[in-house]
Amino acid sequence: MMDEIDRQIVLATQEGLPLMSHPYAQIGQRIGISEAEVITRMTRMQDGGIIRRIGAVPNHYALGYRFNGMTVWNVPDEKASALGRVVGALGFVSHCYLRPRHLPDWPYNLFAMVHGRDRETALRHAGAIAELLGSDCLGHEVLFSSRLLKKTGLRIAG
Amino acid sequence: MDEIDRNIINSLQDGFPLTPTPFADAAKALGIEEDDLIRRLQALRADNVLTRFGPLYNAEAMGGGLTLAAMAVPEDRFEKVAEIVNTFPEVAHNYAREHALNMWFVVATERPEEVAEVLEAISAGTGLEVYDMPKQEEFSLSLRFEA
Repeated sequence: MMDEIDRQIVLATQEGLPLMSHPYAQIGQRIGISEAEVITRMTRMQDGGIIRRIGAVPNHYALGYRFNGMTVWNVPDEKASALGRVVGALGFVSHCYLRPRHLPDWPYNLFAMVHGRDRETALRHAGAIAELLGSDCLGHEVLFSSRLLKKTGLRIAG
Repeated sequence: MDEIDRNIINSLQDGFPLTPTPFADAAKALGIEEDDLIRRLQALRADNVLTRFGPLYNAEAMGGGLTLAAMAVPEDRFEKVAEIVNTFPEVAHNYAREHALNMWFVVATERPEEVAEVLEAISAGTGLEVYDMPKQEEFSLSLRFEA
């Protein structure tokens, strides 16, 4: 679990690390602890899964991955977990989740994100998922993103 | 963006040292100077090739709440509604998508019960129905992009 000092570290780093020679010392200075304690605590948060990873978060549009397709699938509930594992294991699927349906407007319960530098690539990935699901696919759609409206990542309030 | 930038983006998606001089250590592995790495990261941030450089926190592991939500926004109100939604600091990202449900955003909160409050506030502020689609199971999360 996190304590108040961990929380201060999250607040000080959630928008990014200072791009300077001793970033952890700088964070420590800001919240009144030593560099060593910042490193120890961030290591612990990383080991415990609170920090998924540290590093570069690219804007995939800027890298040319302009076509990010959220493929959504209506699959039988009793098979959803097993099918999700199979789809999630595909190399071109970046995220894969089960989510609740909202009937009648939204019949889809399996979500898989695919990406491509062109629309055809993203659609080909969706086609491969359709083939894999076979008769368990009771319907699907591909929702392409037309615009990134906001991407700040997770923020906790100060 | 040159070959060195691409190298930086590709290798620094996999992790970054938790050492007193992480940029110097990472630079060494990349075969460049610390100053050069810092300067290039500053430029990549300024050009928005990187949306961020630092730790990626897991809302649920922090004990917080997280959901994906969607709305069907009338085209003529789209910009205004996007502005309202984006004002919420709990909205971590927001995408326009080609569908009747044309706005999709992720809400991350410090306490799990705040998710419902934020969605209600967004619904009240926009006058639109918000479809809440929290994940029930997660199968893969590889957030890597080859530059």
